[in-house]
Amino acid sequence: MSLSHTLLGLLERGPRHGYDLKQEFDAQFGQDRPLHYGQVYATLARLLKNGLVEVDAVEHGGGPERKRYAITASGVSDVAKWLSQPERPEAYLNSTLYTKVVLALLTGRDAAAILDVQRAAHLDLMRELTRRKTRGDLADALICDHAIFHLEADLRWLELTSARLDRLAEKVRS
Amino acid sequence: MTGEAPLLSARDLHKTYGPTPALDGVSMDVRAGEIVAVMGPSGSGKSTLMHCLAGIVRPDAGELRYRDRNLITASDAERSALRRREFGFVFQFGQLVPELTCLENVALPLRMEGVRRGEAERRAAHWLDRLDVADVAGKRPGQVSGGQGQRVAVARALVTDPAVVFADEPTGALDSLNGELVMRLLTECVEQSGTAVVLVTHEPAVAAYSHREVVMRDGRIRTSAGMVQ
Ligand SMILES: Nc1ncnc2c1ncn2[C@@H]1O[C@H](COP(=O)(O)OP(=O)(O)OP(=O)(O)O)[C@@H](O)[C@H]1O
Ligand SMILES: [Mg+2]
Repeated sequence: MSLSHTLLGLLERGPRHGYDLKQEFDAQFGQDRPLHYGQVYATLARLLKNGLVEVDAVEHGGGPERKRYAITASGVSDVAKWLSQPERPEAYLNSTLYTKVVLALLTGRDAAAILDVQRAAHLDLMRELTRRKTRGDLADALICDHAIFHLEADLRWLELTSARLDRLAEKVRS
Repeated sequence: MTGEAPLLSARDLHKTYGPTPALDGVSMDVRAGEIVAVMGPSGSGKSTLMHCLAGIVRPDAGELRYRDRNLITASDAERSALRRREFGFVFQFGQLVPELTCLENVALPLRMEGVRRGEAERRAAHWLDRLDVADVAGKRPGQVSGGQGQRVAVARALVTDPAVVFADEPTGALDSLNGELVMRLLTECVEQSGTAVVLVTHEPAVAAYSHREVVMRDGRIRTSAGMVQ
């Protein structure tokens, strides 16, 4: 999963301090692995350097200064591009897909389209493996079948998720 | 394959049975020799679409052409002649005639077209052999396994040398090994004869034998490489 794209996607909903960004990330995606502050600030520093976010306010309180970050236009197009491109089909990519779907729901994009694009990418690879399997020998067939069954599991998850998008939208927006 | 006129061409098909539409504006083409998978969840309209394309069900609205023929305005007699001569069918449960032998079942579509018995059975035997079930020729459908029965059903669908085969969950009742065998033999045969296939399935591993897929949801096509805009 791409942390920088995920943080960018969360920032697209409005400027935030690093602290709030971490809280929001943990609430949506941090079920088993909450972020460290260090990761958040390192990622924001890189995004800042690449012009994908900017500092839109600095608060000087009692302690250290607090920067508020805002996404830039090129940041928005970076998120959009990431969301619209299928992930390379491989086993166990569901957490990335889950992140993409939730971000699309949060930012008002077409989450079903993300699943459609991914389904097409998965099926293309399954076609290629099926062709290889029918041309090859038994060893090829067994190796291809292993990959095909994993892709099938992903596809089942895609179908279930697309059938539950309305409920997921309610949950993440609440 | 692009550039050539499509064999089947559907535009904005609508079909309603009850309160919600089974087809809600579906457009798609099927070209000669291509295998198109129709995917989607249960109740999304896959079978209804297939039945419309095959001239079994008449859509309520839309345009539908097979070559230069208008399937919406064609009479019932014209549509059933078209189904016999140009189309082949495979369903989830073979739907073979239980009183006939497997050989007679495969020969049946030819007999209905007036082909003499000897000639019809000779061609039927050839297709049983192609589908690797020559050994069940003299048995009745009740005496063969599900996998063998489905291969007999595929032989029957191909015996008239159709331009399009419509297959609705052809492996739905089979285990994965038998499903794979049916799909491999079906696709080998149609690739050699240039037959198009409309393959309805909700199984990705079966759809993987297609050239492209259309995905249905709530009576509409969601995405497709060959989607009509
Ligand atoms: N002959 C019929 N009479 C009444 N309703 C029908 C008929 N055929 C289909 N329907 C309805 O139309 C809708 C689409 O059905 P269809 O059989 O095309 O779905 P499907 O995608 O093939 O589903 P499955 O995967 O379960 O076979 C469903 O709501 C179904 O109940
Ligand atoms: Mg059906």
